[in-house]
Amino acid sequence: MNDTIAAIATAYGEGGIGIIRISGSDALDASCKIFNFNGNKLKNRFMTYGHVKELSSGKIIDEALAVYMKGPASYTGEDVVEINCHGSMVSLRRTLQEILRCGVRMAEPGEFTKRAFLNGRLDLSQAEAVIDIIKAKSDKSFDVAMSQLDGSLSAEINKIRQKLLDLLVDIAVNIDYPDEDIEEITSEKIINNISAINDMIEKLLSGAHTGRMVREGINMVIVGKPNVGKSSLMNALMKETRAIVTEIPGTTRDTIEEGISIRGIPVFLTDTAGIRETDDPVEKIGIEKTKEAFNKADFIIYIVDSSTKIEDEDINIMDYIGERKCFVLMNKQDKGSVADKSEIMKRLPNAHIIETVLTSGIGVEEIEEAIERLVYEGEISQKDNLMVSNVRHIELLHRAKESLEQAAGMVSCGEALDFAETDVREAYEELGEITGDAVSEDIIDEVFARFCLGK
Amino acid sequence: MKEYLMGNYDVIVVGAGHAGCEAGLACARMGEKTVMFSINLEAVAMMACNPSIGGTGKGHLVREIDALGGEMGINTDKTFIQSRMLNRAKGPAVHSLRAQTDKNSYHIEMKKTLEAQENLTLKQGEVIDVIVENGKACGVVLRTGAVYRAKAVILATGTFLAGKIFIGESAFESGPNGMAPSSILAENLRNHGLPMRRFKTGTPARALAASFDYDKMIPQEGDEETVPFSFMNDDVSREQVKCWLTYTNENTHQVIRDNFHRSALFGGQIEGVGPRYCPSIEDKVNRFAEKERHQLFIEPEGLYTDEMYIQGMSSSLPEDVQVEFYRTIPGLENLEIVRPAYAIEYDCIDPLALKISLESRQIDNLFCAGQFNGSSGYEEAAAQGLMAGINTVFKIRGKDPFVLDRSEAYIGVLIDDLITKGTEEPYRIMTSRAEYRLVLRQDNADLRLTEKGYEAGLVSEERYRRFLEKKEAVEKETERISHKNVSPEEINPILEEKGSTPIKGSTPLIELLRRPEIKYDDTLPADPDRPELPAHQKTMLEVQIKYEGYIKKQQAQIEKFKRLENRKLSPDMCYSEIDGLRIEARQKLDKFKPLSVGQASRISGVSPADINVLLIHLEKNRRQKG
Repeated sequence: MNDTIAAIATAYGEGGIGIIRISGSDALDASCKIFNFNGNKLKNRFMTYGHVKELSSGKIIDEALAVYMKGPASYTGEDVVEINCHGSMVSLRRTLQEILRCGVRMAEPGEFTKRAFLNGRLDLSQAEAVIDIIKAKSDKSFDVAMSQLDGSLSAEINKIRQKLLDLLVDIAVNIDYPDEDIEEITSEKIINNISAINDMIEKLLSGAHTGRMVREGINMVIVGKPNVGKSSLMNALMKETRAIVTEIPGTTRDTIEEGISIRGIPVFLTDTAGIRETDDPVEKIGIEKTKEAFNKADFIIYIVDSSTKIEDEDINIMDYIGERKCFVLMNKQDKGSVADKSEIMKRLPNAHIIETVLTSGIGVEEIEEAIERLVYEGEISQKDNLMVSNVRHIELLHRAKESLEQAAGMVSCGEALDFAETDVREAYEELGEITGDAVSEDIIDEVFARFCLGK
Repeated sequence: MKEYLMGNYDVIVVGAGHAGCEAGLACARMGEKTVMFSINLEAVAMMACNPSIGGTGKGHLVREIDALGGEMGINTDKTFIQSRMLNRAKGPAVHSLRAQTDKNSYHIEMKKTLEAQENLTLKQGEVIDVIVENGKACGVVLRTGAVYRAKAVILATGTFLAGKIFIGESAFESGPNGMAPSSILAENLRNHGLPMRRFKTGTPARALAASFDYDKMIPQEGDEETVPFSFMNDDVSREQVKCWLTYTNENTHQVIRDNFHRSALFGGQIEGVGPRYCPSIEDKVNRFAEKERHQLFIEPEGLYTDEMYIQGMSSSLPEDVQVEFYRTIPGLENLEIVRPAYAIEYDCIDPLALKISLESRQIDNLFCAGQFNGSSGYEEAAAQGLMAGINTVFKIRGKDPFVLDRSEAYIGVLIDDLITKGTEEPYRIMTSRAEYRLVLRQDNADLRLTEKGYEAGLVSEERYRRFLEKKEAVEKETERISHKNVSPEEINPILEEKGSTPIKGSTPLIELLRRPEIKYDDTLPADPDRPELPAHQKTMLEVQIKYEGYIKKQQAQIEKFKRLENRKLSPDMCYSEIDGLRIEARQKLDKFKPLSVGQASRISGVSPADINVLLIHLEKNRRQKG
């Protein structure tokens, strides 16, 4: 029997509702763990009203409707549960995350369709289409996976993996070369190592919870020359959103901060003065404040007046943005496109460029979408803390941590280094799934690189 | 030269080393008329390097060979002179048996077994060519002109094939240990179009026992209670010999460094690829310059010889340098070398050119085993010999190949690694190569394999009966203790003594055995009427109960693995025509013709998406046919 898989089945973005699809033999049991429906049972082919709750605390995350379709009369031909949540990515992600804590794994690209075909739910004429879907989705997901993996996150995960590999190599060499003149690995050493590694994972996970983002929000800085459209952007974004969350009081500076909600994500907007060469001491302070805001920012929105030429001040701003995560808005498209886009692309090769007419709302949706993607699909570093927000990554980090805890438990009660090793190896593989690195001959290569062994 | 027909057989085995012996015995025992050739009958089951069998991973292989009805375990039990279970404190999956053997007795006992085996003929002779007709191997030619014809040929040529020995500046054609090399055959195999390459290995010096100073070395004793290799034996206890431990020092390393330029290894004369796990001492000193000392074990070559093996010190330096550096070592100051250390280069096949049955992809009915396939080690060789033997018989009889997969045996891991991933150095088995090693334990090799060996026709009735008895006894006892309740009064004193939490109410005994600190034997006072079980049955019982959770988890992983493994692929499949497969995957799959989707997934260059495409394609085909 196949294992049980889950994924968000509806299209990306803000819809009225979003659907989590769970398919496999455990679909019903797993969803019952997180879906509370006032004692009602999920009945085959009936829609049931209830609440999605957090597995650990029982706290309610969302109200939802769930439908159970017993296999083979379902899309995949297996038992399927679909939970219809509110459409915001926040609640969809939370719900998916919780279901993945119930022994369900994230579906591979095209996997529902693949199962549907293999279980005879799609006819032969659709075989080619299925292959196309698998191909397209794996290509895309590969791209996405790569772009999602922010350099600093993969560096951190690789750091953890390296520590795990060191540990695995120590264990392997102790097991495979018991007679060699090498330091014996003690339970104490293993447990200490594991706890240090788990602290690192824990730190990543503590930044991972979408709840944290909901609580703390992200910092976005708007920069650009005067009259380029910064206020229009703030107004446009605020008009779109349901409420102004907060206004941070007591700040006397040249920057204005607003707390708003963009597609359910709390965002703190900071409007800044520009950056230009000046001798005026007052203005200098303003520029310092801008730079300070830059350093605090999770990402920057840089607005350019596309109807005028790029000026020195623009170049100063772009130089200062440098490697930071950034969107460039080429505003005032209605007034003409004089500003040299290639110049911007040259100076900010990683920036996402959006063409806008902010006064009439053109491009605002694209901005929101880009912000949402940045938060949910990518990793943005929040105030020096790495932020993991990809659900699959979170799931894998959790699994790795659990595997390691099990290994530590095994070692602490004495023998069975061999059994503990399988847990450590599992953690190593789980983290490897995040970075896309296979295990292959890693351990054996390392053993021979580090130790002098053999007859 | 005039050729003349000397005989007709079912199977011809070329080589009588550890691979050849198992191959020949397997074929003969399964009822095929078999002839084995060795360049020199003194080389039958010759242990050309260390005088020991088993060790980590390797001990598992020996147990598996035994469980399938092979000879290596039995022969080791007959001839060992010291035995140790390694890794006793590191968990049951990696317990590894290793025995020092009397080399000469090992050779003699194996030779006697071959000579006594029905259907088996052992002959001295140098095979110089394989006769191939219509793409099918059907005989061999000897150097004398003698021709032997057969339905299939097994190649197990070891380091004899185009062997070349290096000792310092001197290099000469030779087989191992001064035996004649097999050079014409090497050339002819290349002419047949087999993809051959060159590997290298080495062996340390042998020295006279009387020339060591034992006061300066640390004695290494065998285990007090010895465990047999073979499931056929219960008690193999005997008097054991000592080995000795000593270390190199800075002086040793200085001598070696001063003479790097005279080593064949650094001189560039050696073209073959050597194994990383068997480096020569000059390699160790070179690569691990910061290491202050390297350990070496002095091991007796046997009971009836004064020769000692210097484990850890293989070398291709000249003899004068060897004498000089060995004598810098405590205990070896007056060392008298009788056989110098040497490096040896030999021809072997690229194992990617083999099918999972160990049959050549190019030449039908030509099977290959042992070092010829790019492996290293007596045990790895024997395992392949056995599998090649069984598969040769199966091929002759028109049966599907006999395959052990990665979840069934270390043998499966070994062969799958070789033929699917290939190897860039002589391949050694290691426990870390086995993904499912928690179930691939040495204590349960019989449980995993004896049934299969019996079905294949290699396991004797007697072995099968012993296996069934053991299986039944363990099952029965597991059943009994899951219903046997012990009271707090009976068991708590024992639990307290072991530092284990006392129980409050009556509890099934099996629950207490799940605690890591409680051994089966500990609970005897609370369960005095239990049946008397032999040690190996107790071990198996205990492991199965204590690690049940882990074993179940691994079994679930295995089930998943098996799903792909059991999706068979036809060797006639044309992958270049499958839309959706990436070009690289098409080429690789067309070249390999994997037997299962699982095997396909392990070929480098085949991605998970390709596997999904393949599955859809298979389903499409199935429906179109249906």
